[in-house]
Amino acid sequence: MTERKVAVTGTGMITPLGLDTEQTWAGVIAGRSGVSAITKFDASEMPTQIAAEVRGFEPTNFFSKKYIRQMDPFIQYAVAASYMALEDAGMLEDKPPAERTGVYVGSGLGGINTIERTHLSLREKGWRRGISPYFVPALIINLAGGQISIFHGFKGPLMSHVSACSTSAHSIGEAYLAIKYGRADVMVAGGTESTITALSLGGFAAARALSKRNDEPTKASRPFTASRDGFVMGEGCGLVILEDMERAKARGANIIAELVGYAANSDAHHVTAPSPTGEGAQVCMRLALEDAGVSADAVGYINAHGTSTAADAVETHAIRQVFGAHADKLQVSSTKSMLGHLLGSAGSVEGALCCLALARGVLPPTINLDDPDPACDLDYIPHEARRLEVEYALSNSFGFGGTNACLLFKRAP
Amino acid sequence: MSDAILDKITGIIAEQLDVESDAVAPEKSFTDDLGADSLAIVELVLALEEEFGIKIPDDQVDSIKTVGDAVNYIKTNAEADSSN
Repeated sequence: MTERKVAVTGTGMITPLGLDTEQTWAGVIAGRSGVSAITKFDASEMPTQIAAEVRGFEPTNFFSKKYIRQMDPFIQYAVAASYMALEDAGMLEDKPPAERTGVYVGSGLGGINTIERTHLSLREKGWRRGISPYFVPALIINLAGGQISIFHGFKGPLMSHVSACSTSAHSIGEAYLAIKYGRADVMVAGGTESTITALSLGGFAAARALSKRNDEPTKASRPFTASRDGFVMGEGCGLVILEDMERAKARGANIIAELVGYAANSDAHHVTAPSPTGEGAQVCMRLALEDAGVSADAVGYINAHGTSTAADAVETHAIRQVFGAHADKLQVSSTKSMLGHLLGSAGSVEGALCCLALARGVLPPTINLDDPDPACDLDYIPHEARRLEVEYALSNSFGFGGTNACLLFKRAP
Repeated sequence: MSDAILDKITGIIAEQLDVESDAVAPEKSFTDDLGADSLAIVELVLALEEEFGIKIPDDQVDSIKTVGDAVNYIKTNAEADSSN
């Protein structure tokens, strides 16, 4: 079977640092934190009262107001981001063939806002008045992609991969395979999340996974430091447009980067903790390099999973095992230090940032790296972005359940 | 039926279906003219029930196809309710 090359020709983002790709990129390169006190619900009883919220999102910029009731915020973000990504790819006016265009968009938790709100109204008003007829389509995870396909008329493969914090990296990886092996010519891929709610944040707090640095929100997400005390929950959406390279070239598209390698595997170890040596992560990184036929020495930048938890040291160890002596020449950063952890949309936002880093020759920093953990001893691009042209960028995503995804991007030809 | 009730119904339909009030005329079909799908009609019925303090049984909902059908149903049943 002929294997086709896969281009990234568009990105769309809604993040705590901005309502589009350029605002987000500007925030990341400036080393700005998107973390602040929670406004989306009353968190005063919670041990964690900070998060990286999306602020100022106006859904009616993208669709009419009747859809607001019909879609949980995670779906609204996805539809909005799809317009921006398709516009970026030059596909809003000049649409790709419907049957050859697919949508793989996932989410970690889906419509938990809608579930919480509706459960309350069910208790209060009973089922007939308490449950909207849109309840189910507003909350199920596959409706993020489903709405994108309906809004734009795309009739190719439509699926949602659900793998916690690896969700959107898997979505992009599987979409890459769909194009590589000829199932589709264009894919809208990524993830979306809107989980700043009492039940969801409370759940992660109950698992003791979240930072409690409530008095210093902008310092709270501090990957690779000795004083890190858990991740900071974020929300948002990141989508990319993947396209058959030949098609992209033929239409003169702006090719942001090439997606050359993808791997997925699992730890088979624990529901929340990574295997202690990061064995699963090591294998996943190696498999992604193998998929691309690229030697480890060729990689210049890694966007680490780097959640600001104990697992940062495990990832560091895994990178050292895979890259050997080259690990000391690598530039590694965690953009979660600024964006917080976008859960099911983390991998796609970070993958898109890798593409922009390759295209623009600027590598995002890790902020708050004031007191490096001795067990975290790589060059994490502390505090400030670095101007550097690199050929290959690797994006790591590791999720609850021990599910791993690695994406390898190449600078556009 | 007073204009106040008609205005209320028109307002609810316009709001629920996200259409201009001017478009809400008696002969207009919810599905063919006003862009409602089956879920939107359920939601609209619930909003009308809440506003007028009535209950529209599911088997009656199927016969309400136009704005005029809804107005007539509410007129008959809201008045019947208030005369009790």
